[in-house]
Amino acid sequence: MSTETGTTHGKSTETMTVREAIREAMREEMQRDEDVFLMGEDVGLFGGVFDVSNGLLEDFGEERVKDTPISEAGFLGAGVGAAATGSRPIVEIMFSDFMGVAMEQTMNQMAKMRYMFGGKTEMPITVRTTEGGGMGAASQHSGTVHTWFAHFPGIIAVAPGTPAAAKGLLKSAIRSDDPVFFFENKMIYEQSGEVPTDPDFTLPIGEANVEREGDDVTVIATQRLVGESLQAAEELDSELSVEVIDLRSLYPLDTETIVDSLEKTGRVIIADESPISYGTHAEVMARLMENGFYSLDAPPERIGVPDTHIPFSPSLEQEVLPSAADVTAAIRRLT
Amino acid sequence: MVSIDIETEDGQKEALRRMMLIRSFDDTAGTLFADGEIPGFVHLYIGEEGVGVGACAALEPDDYITSTHRGHGHCIAKGLEPQSMMAELYGKRDGYCNGKGGSMHIADVDAGMLGANGIVGAGPPLATGAALSAAQKDEDRVALAFFGDGAVAQGQVHEAINLAATWDLPAIFLVENNQFGEGTPVEKQHNLENLSETAEAYDIPGFTIDGMDITAVYEAVQEARERARNGDGPTFIEADTYRFRGHFEGDQQPYREDDDIQEWQSRCPIDSFASRLVDAGVMTDDEVESLRAEVDEEIAAAAEYAQNADEPDPTEAYDDMYAVSVPELTMFAGRSVRADGGSPTNTDQ
Repeated sequence: MSTETGTTHGKSTETMTVREAIREAMREEMQRDEDVFLMGEDVGLFGGVFDVSNGLLEDFGEERVKDTPISEAGFLGAGVGAAATGSRPIVEIMFSDFMGVAMEQTMNQMAKMRYMFGGKTEMPITVRTTEGGGMGAASQHSGTVHTWFAHFPGIIAVAPGTPAAAKGLLKSAIRSDDPVFFFENKMIYEQSGEVPTDPDFTLPIGEANVEREGDDVTVIATQRLVGESLQAAEELDSELSVEVIDLRSLYPLDTETIVDSLEKTGRVIIADESPISYGTHAEVMARLMENGFYSLDAPPERIGVPDTHIPFSPSLEQEVLPSAADVTAAIRRLT
Repeated sequence: MVSIDIETEDGQKEALRRMMLIRSFDDTAGTLFADGEIPGFVHLYIGEEGVGVGACAALEPDDYITSTHRGHGHCIAKGLEPQSMMAELYGKRDGYCNGKGGSMHIADVDAGMLGANGIVGAGPPLATGAALSAAQKDEDRVALAFFGDGAVAQGQVHEAINLAATWDLPAIFLVENNQFGEGTPVEKQHNLENLSETAEAYDIPGFTIDGMDITAVYEAVQEARERARNGDGPTFIEADTYRFRGHFEGDQQPYREDDDIQEWQSRCPIDSFASRLVDAGVMTDDEVESLRAEVDEEIAAAAEYAQNADEPDPTEAYDDMYAVSVPELTMFAGRSVRADGGSPTNTDQ
């Protein structure tokens, strides 16, 4: 981690990557609360397949940083049982594509227990998992599946686009008494940014953040596409004023922030790496239609994966993955 | 300290009473369901009472259990109140889950009852997790998963056992082999003759015991609990038992013969235990019969209470989704026209 520090809004910050932000969030919450523990495949000795939990085993020992068998239904289910009995597990699912084998425990146990039991149990579990294409990992290790979880009642779903959002939201997720899915786009682990150093820094789940203010068009983005959209906005800076919002929280969704932006700019692009149909884009658009229809100056646009799986060959992969160029092209079409 | 010490005479009487409570509760639930009083569907535990009561008696009060779709017996065995259970079956506000769960989801987490469960095989991972939680907090608690012979074919059951065995967690896996997975006989669902041989794959102790004999269940679970608490990991117990009723109430049961039912009924866990207590001079026949009458009266009162209890207010459908307030629920709550023809309670759309 960089030792470089600075201040933002009068608060002390330091520069760190998304990877470091996630690691520090876990470290701080494990120090703060001894009921918090991490388990998953290769999270301990290996340090996490993307190096995210590196060092935590040394700091907290095998009891609290647990390497599991390759058995997602078993250990995710055990996480649910542990959460129902007073622990606060962080369960890592190495790639979100593997959630298929653990869906039963997610949809019928984790998501439903509080409701089915009339509110008489807490479910303080955090599930961290990776999403996104861009590293030639092919279809079974590159998906963006967060819409499934945002759609499913009983689950909170967050997907940060910056290091500060990653740290603040993960800490809130771990402290939450509800099940939270925390989606990490694997291509932004190296992305750096300013993060508050206060160990009590958290960000409220359910709030989007205006990363860049603008008047002509709004880009509502998630994860990697926040950075891509900021880049597009920067490139167009001399001709257009582009507002970029990091949606941060998929469910609950911050209707107010996105509608306020629509009312200001009248033009909206939704950039999310999910497949386009029936996705996060559609829900964001529905909220805009229901609450801001008469502020629209043009039909909104969706940027995402064009309903394909993620192919292996880099030339094919680049074809389907949205980027800053796609955001720029959409802005041009809309303005 | 076991929940019911069935080595004492008082404990034996209490164990008999619990089994009778389950029988009476499920007899009554079956009748009320047939009469159209109870909505949804119900799965009765009749015939299997010795397993639930024997196992829960050997557990300590703070121990956890996970249950199945056939969960009424596990609830009563763990000490839940028939009155609040019956109210839950009726979908009433005073039920264990405020009417949100029904027969298949009765739970009382504070009592260590982590829920009946509508998904076959979903309980064992939860029990492994409860055992993990207990181990991490260094609590003197174990977690016992009740599951059926049908669930032994489910992948997540094996994942749960492997995890608990590998981590030496204080868990007990108790298969209630009632001879049928829904409408298909056990031998058509498994290659193993004794399901307890499953234990060999995980290098943990495995036993097949007579589930119609409450003391056999009690002793097996007591030993398994001891092992779990000593850090020696889980035990796999197969209790051979029999479901006297269909998979669900209304099941026409084309898959079995009357002779089989009668043979198993002659080994009724309640009657056989009562006879033993009479033979041993612990109770007289009259005392057994008056206990039965007392229990029937308690269940009748529970049913009457449930019938007369308040319905939940329709707006309670929006409660208990999350620990925090979620704006979507406020936005969408009450948009639908109610079944009784009433107007939507939320017209803000």
